[in-house]
Amino acid sequence: MSDAVARSALAGGLDPSARARATPPAAASVRIEGSAAGDRIYRGVTTALALCVPLLLLAIAIALGVAAWPALRTAGLSFLTSSEWDATRGTFGAAPALYGTLVSSALAIALATPLALGSAIFLSEFAPRWLRTPAAFLIDLLAAVPSVVYGLWAVFVLLPLLREHVMPFLQNTLHLGSTPLFSGPAYGPSMLAAGLILAVMVLPYVAAVAREVLLAVPRSQREAALALGATRWEMIRDAVLPYARSGIIGGVVLGLGRALGETMAVTMVIGNRHEISSSLFSPGYTMASLVANEFSEATGDLHLSSLMAVGAVLFAVTLVVNAIARYLVWRVSRRGRA
Amino acid sequence: MSPARPTVRRPRSLRGRRARSRVMVVLTYLAALLAVLPLVLILGYLLKQGAAALSPDFFTQLPKPPGEAGGGMANAIVGTLVVVGIAAAIGLPIGIGAGMYLAERRDEPLATAVRFLSDVLNGLPSIVVGIFAWEFLVRPAGHFSALAGGAALAAIMIPIVTRTTEEMLRLVPNSLREAALALGYPQWRTSLVVVLRTALPGIVTGALVAVARVAGETAPLLFTAFGNQFWSVELGQPIAALPLQVFTYAISPYDEWHAHAWAGALVLIGIVLVISVAARVATRSRFGTAGE
Repeated sequence: MSDAVARSALAGGLDPSARARATPPAAASVRIEGSAAGDRIYRGVTTALALCVPLLLLAIAIALGVAAWPALRTAGLSFLTSSEWDATRGTFGAAPALYGTLVSSALAIALATPLALGSAIFLSEFAPRWLRTPAAFLIDLLAAVPSVVYGLWAVFVLLPLLREHVMPFLQNTLHLGSTPLFSGPAYGPSMLAAGLILAVMVLPYVAAVAREVLLAVPRSQREAALALGATRWEMIRDAVLPYARSGIIGGVVLGLGRALGETMAVTMVIGNRHEISSSLFSPGYTMASLVANEFSEATGDLHLSSLMAVGAVLFAVTLVVNAIARYLVWRVSRRGRA
Repeated sequence: MSPARPTVRRPRSLRGRRARSRVMVVLTYLAALLAVLPLVLILGYLLKQGAAALSPDFFTQLPKPPGEAGGGMANAIVGTLVVVGIAAAIGLPIGIGAGMYLAERRDEPLATAVRFLSDVLNGLPSIVVGIFAWEFLVRPAGHFSALAGGAALAAIMIPIVTRTTEEMLRLVPNSLREAALALGYPQWRTSLVVVLRTALPGIVTGALVAVARVAGETAPLLFTAFGNQFWSVELGQPIAALPLQVFTYAISPYDEWHAHAWAGALVLIGIVLVISVAARVATRSRFGTAGE
């Protein structure tokens, strides 16, 4: 409340016309003329710099759209539905990459969300005070590790682990080998590997947003629940989580956006094969890794344009996902302040 | 008077509810532990593998062809510095300026739009930004270049710097602005000399965070900077970069190169961590040195 008041006061304080009214005209007329010019220049420069952001986004959209057009016109709807990607024959269907992107991201979100939410609750509600800052710092560090380093680790540690222990365990010990989800030979590079490394990578994003949103829940919510006799968990479940729900969903959607576009680590472990398979053990492709792999050696205009079209689809999907996420988070943090 | 019933869904004994609560609390502890576990595993493995492969040669030598022992990544380390330097030179002024705009005109429609769009831009896959830079800078020029790589990274930096600058400027107490304006300072001098200077440590933090983020970016460099096995600091030519080199070496079939990939990753993460920690320190000292 007081914050909002302060902000509107600030807006008033920064309005040059209000200031000009407040300044005695006789005393500083020269200064005002000089400063008015300075203010105008200052305003113009900052406005121009601020306009760079929407212009950049617009330029990206137009560039991708124009470059993708030949491929989309040639292939039509089959660009999204066909599984045939053959540069030598000039047929380009991005369905496997689309499928792989969705499945690997969904897997990552399903694995990361409970852990991220749990650690956010721990950090905002239960952690001793001395632990909160370092633990939050550690989770932030996870977000700072470059994608290629995750990929390197995944290639040399995660893949052998999956191939030699996890996959045989699922197939032979648990006898899941006959189910469509876990069938086929266990090479290592697979949808499962991509989903796992993506889960590790998006977890810090989801956890950071969830923690922020939980901290925005007013104390009175918690106190009221406790005063009514709720246990600590009931307080979280019935008073804190419902209040923060849309923000937490926003964090999850934000994590999804990251997972959809994550490139290097996925390229290194997913196996890069144009194929749709129901098994998580079989190699696949994602839109981002397809572009990363083929772009610099694309042969022919149609091939290049098809890769651009994949990029454009990725751009459109992440744009929508991010806009939804930001809206949801914004709603909670605004309510928390008011 | 009967006590108000708590909002539980099923009536349970108090003991049962307490036990359930305790179990859930312990589960959140476990979740936090599991969340940090990968970081410990990755850093531990990285230290072990990287330290074994690291030598003074790594920092001074050029890459050797596969099969030959020795060699280093000196060109990639310098290349990363060059590309990130270009990115900072383009991205920081734009980002800071846009952030100043947002902080000062926070409720205008354009400010709301720019704020929203920079958040959206921040979530765009970096590979999409890479294709964009290729289309605008590499295709017309006809060849890959350090400049195109730097421009791609700058596009990734801009939204980050914009938002952190805005947040930091908002922390500057209002009384300071009003005092400056009351003394007859024009708006622009108030903003540049008083407000910006007060928020400087925080803005430095935002800049460092953005630099750390792009220093590890690989995907947008694949088809802009492209990489280079030789010495090059020419802005118009392909240039080596540490993340690119780590990627190339990691997916190669040679053990020599794998070892170098670990060493490169260790150096890369060292750079990123040092910058991140420096950013934290800069934030912490904000309240101590503000307005000196």
